Amino acid sequence: MIDVINLKKSFDDTEVLKGINVTIHKGDIVVVLGPSGSGKSTFLRCLNCMEDPTGGSIIFNGVDIADMHVDINIHRRHMGMVFQHFNLFNNKTVIQNIMLAPVYVKNQELRTAKRKNALTKMKNLFAKEKQELIPITTTKAEIQREAKEQAMTLLKRIGLEEKADVYPSTLSGGQKQRVAIVRALAMNPDVILFDEPTSALDPEMVGEVLDLMKALAKEGMTMIIVTHEMGFAKEVANRILFMDEGVILESGTPEEFFGNPKNPRAKEFLSKVLS
Amino acid sequence: MGNFEQKIDKFIEIFLEQNGYVKVIQGLQNTLLIAISGLIIGIMIGTLIATVRVFPKYKRLPRVLNSICSFYVALFRGTPMVVQLLVFYYVLLPLLGVHMTGVQVAMAVFGLNSGAYISEIMRSGIQSVDSGQLEAGRAVGLGFGVSMCKIVIPQAVKNILPTLGNEFITLIKETSVVSFVGAADLYVAFSYIGSNSYEFMVPYLVMAMIYILLVLVISLLVKLMERSLKKSDRRN
Repeated sequence: MIDVINLKKSFDDTEVLKGINVTIHKGDIVVVLGPSGSGKSTFLRCLNCMEDPTGGSIIFNGVDIADMHVDINIHRRHMGMVFQHFNLFNNKTVIQNIMLAPVYVKNQELRTAKRKNALTKMKNLFAKEKQELIPITTTKAEIQREAKEQAMTLLKRIGLEEKADVYPSTLSGGQKQRVAIVRALAMNPDVILFDEPTSALDPEMVGEVLDLMKALAKEGMTMIIVTHEMGFAKEVANRILFMDEGVILESGTPEEFFGNPKNPRAKEFLSKVLS
Repeated sequence: MGNFEQKIDKFIEIFLEQNGYVKVIQGLQNTLLIAISGLIIGIMIGTLIATVRVFPKYKRLPRVLNSICSFYVALFRGTPMVVQLLVFYYVLLPLLGVHMTGVQVAMAVFGLNSGAYISEIMRSGIQSVDSGQLEAGRAVGLGFGVSMCKIVIPQAVKNILPTLGNEFITLIKETSVVSFVGAADLYVAFSYIGSNSYEFMVPYLVMAMIYILLVLVISLLVKLMERSLKKSDRRN
């Protein structure tokens, strides 16, 4: 589903990613490990062009999204992202946070369809061959209602339905991160990118977020996760990528990686984090 | 102090009997009209400029727009308001062959001028919003403009509301120079009363009091607005 070919990224003079090649299939749960400063967050942020890659290509569903000429917004809608610092919209309530993007995108589609229909009608007045109109089956109110229903279902799933109308500032870190995850889910993405989702959480809240992520993994969601939770990586991942200094040094199943790492730097890293 | 009482009597006489109050109300109207429309135009221009200035700049067009905006801000912050009024009224309008009344010119110039100041206020407001907010908006597939309008700017406005209130107060006070282009504001009204009674002490004192009252009321309104906007900060 995602083909990363020779991906490169430099900030000014420092080259952070030095040519990364990896293929991610549907249903994969890939955990990216590596010491800090190894470029794993940058790699993740390049995948949805949060940072524009300076070289190489990222083929997502058949389109090279590293190309600056594609409309990245359309592709990002199929690529959820969860941040270390949650980044819930502070000026929106919890339910508005979840509904904002789906409602906006569907309203925009509706508007475009209406505009096209108006144009076709005008053309039809003069043309001999009448063109067909795009069928419009929904209204703005309908979109709003559906999005609200979906948001409530998602909130029920994480047990926060009574928090629907409060602002994010009143939630705990774990609650915020779970809302951030369902906000990504609300767009029905093909893949979700997790950028250290538990690093900013109090220890007792890490579990609730990881549980939600495990549940998603069981449902077959494709996930790419940058994390320091080794236990989680071992249990959930079906592939581990070990990165250091901007390259992928080792790629394999968790059993291979944790049981028998081949790269010396991977060995060193594991001995440090597992001791 | 008997002298002072006489002056007050004279002021009241002109104020009530020789249509002084009509002039004052008109002046007050113009003052408020110029300041409010100046603020509204200023906020629109300022938001636009601030957005252009924080727009990512790896393409040609944003860079060009950015330098135009810098020039605009430098121009309007680098010259006094009076000079801008005079240039607009006596240089620009005849050159373009357009006719505008003094009040219209004042509204336009105050809007353009405060736009330059508000753009800087707005920019600092936008920069005070955590960059993660914009990122989160972009990550769910909203464009730069939409994320800005729906997420970043509402939060920025909340942060800069006290400063915007100050800007409005400054505008109200600066309207006292619009008589340079023949717009009848509070100052014109009270000098009319003063020159009719050959006595300026009381009229200007009353004028000062009206300005203070205006400013106090606006400060109060800003405070109330701030409180209602703070809702999303704390638990409700």
